Amino acid sequence: MKKSVYNGLYLVVAILLVLPFVLPNSFYLDLVIRMAINAMIVLGLNLLIGFAGQISLGHAGFLGIGAYASAVLPTHFGWHPLAAMVAGAVATGMLAALVARPIFKLKGNYLAMATLGLGIIINITLRNEAQWTGGPDGMPVPAMGLFGFELSNDKQWYWVVAILLSITVWASLNLIDSPFGRALRALHGSEVASQVVGVDIVRYKVAIFVLSAVFASLMGSVTAHYVGFVSPNFADFFHSIELVTMVVIGGMASVYGSLVGAVLLTALPQALATFEGWETVVFGAILMLSMIFLPKGLVPTLAAKFGKGE
Amino acid sequence: MLAQFLQFLFSGITVGATYALAALGFTLIYNASNVINFAQGEFIMLGGMLAVYFVQAGLPLPVALLLAILIPAVVGVLIEKLAIEPVKGAETVTLIIITIGASLVIRGLTAVIFGKGTHSLPAFSGETPIDILGATLMPQSLWVLGVTAIVVVALWYFFNRTLQGKAMLATSVNRLAAELVGINTSWVLFMSFAMSAALGALGGILITPITLTSYDVGIMLGLKGFVAAVLGGLGNGLGAVVGGLLVGILEAMGAGYISSAYKDAIPFVLILFILFFMPRGLFGGKSTDRV
Repeated sequence: MKKSVYNGLYLVVAILLVLPFVLPNSFYLDLVIRMAINAMIVLGLNLLIGFAGQISLGHAGFLGIGAYASAVLPTHFGWHPLAAMVAGAVATGMLAALVARPIFKLKGNYLAMATLGLGIIINITLRNEAQWTGGPDGMPVPAMGLFGFELSNDKQWYWVVAILLSITVWASLNLIDSPFGRALRALHGSEVASQVVGVDIVRYKVAIFVLSAVFASLMGSVTAHYVGFVSPNFADFFHSIELVTMVVIGGMASVYGSLVGAVLLTALPQALATFEGWETVVFGAILMLSMIFLPKGLVPTLAAKFGKGE
Repeated sequence: MLAQFLQFLFSGITVGATYALAALGFTLIYNASNVINFAQGEFIMLGGMLAVYFVQAGLPLPVALLLAILIPAVVGVLIEKLAIEPVKGAETVTLIIITIGASLVIRGLTAVIFGKGTHSLPAFSGETPIDILGATLMPQSLWVLGVTAIVVVALWYFFNRTLQGKAMLATSVNRLAAELVGINTSWVLFMSFAMSAALGALGGILITPITLTSYDVGIMLGLKGFVAAVLGGLGNGLGAVVGGLLVGILEAMGAGYISSAYKDAIPFVLILFILFFMPRGLFGGKSTDRV
């Protein structure tokens, strides 16, 4: 059992090791880096949505806090990028913890409303505080460096992101099999039943929400440093929806599904660029069709079809 | 002082009436299917855009408005038949993504067909403002409020005095029981999508002479309609109307007295506070979970 769980991880690591040598040019290297960063964000979000069964329609807001911490603190206050990243994560964690208790008394559509509202408030704030954030135009982000070494080219970024992704996949697999992960899955199955066997459901929901938010913030910082620029669109409602869609299309409660979902939806806009002017229509249609015909997501559906679990 | 307050109040109630119509749309569909229709805002946009198009095409105003209500209703029914009915009983997240996909398709098609420009509609009965205690009220605001009031009364009559309306109410209370007494719940679903799209479109048409319209106004209008519906307690018709007016008024007051830059954030701050203290909105009943 344990072995088969890690088989997928070995495959991911193998692919990551080979990829830079087979990618034809830097365009694809850039695409793969963005896929990998999205995959990590989606893994964090899937712990909340897929495993714990809680909706968040405001996750891009947390990404935004991290990204803007990494942009604003070094630019305006001369902070070290790493310190800025940590500060962003701490701030996100505190915000998430502050709202989590009242939020997780809510269920289903009310929870969707609350998280959506939180995301929109963060986005509007980023848009309006132009003296710090550059307003709707966004602002440049200084490069990430450590001990005099600066992450500058895509090759270096690739290896950093590849290592981070491998660690994230490994950590997710372990987390799911830990007592914490089992408690999450239990409360997804039945909140009442898990309370009966002694799971403090509010505590676990708050914990996974904060964890997922902090992780999103860290990944927001990573994205900001990699792209070198951040704008409020990065933190808007549509981006939150894109992330949730990655979770659901890949497969809820599936670690490898998260990877597949992130890869597909990161590549999709590139593929759709050929449909000049029709991108939104085609993107919307793909969302609808995949939900209608594959409501459980790609990986779980395929896994069921070929008769083996993950 | 009073004049300024009244001015904010008038603009708040006018926009609030549109939110109320959108919130009623959310409520209708939610009651019939437990689906939160994130495409609701696109019906508002579609109503306004189609009205502009038909009026510019030279159709008489009443015909143009009728078409601008009918077409979104057909779109609503198509969404229900093609995308909602096939996935009965799917998870909330799946349904949310489906309706958001539908909203993207509608918005994208509108941009392709009508372009990305901003459009306006002439006011129905002139632009001469009415002076009330120093504040001005546009005649179009009276149209918005009057028609909304008529719609609310008509809906009340429909749900309380007609067999079809009662059948829809019964389905929202208990779908299985409704089916057992012979109610065609598939017809109820059909009607709720048609009616809620028509309500949204009507709101969009009425408000366009005041606020202008473009292909992308649907998102915010829809989300604020959702706020209004949740504020009043999801599934509660009266709550939706009160919620809509309240969101409109507080937004206008906040924009006037606090900060106009944060105008769009006000409904969301409001709903977070309400949900923190009243997890089921203002008029939502207590619910118990079946284990």
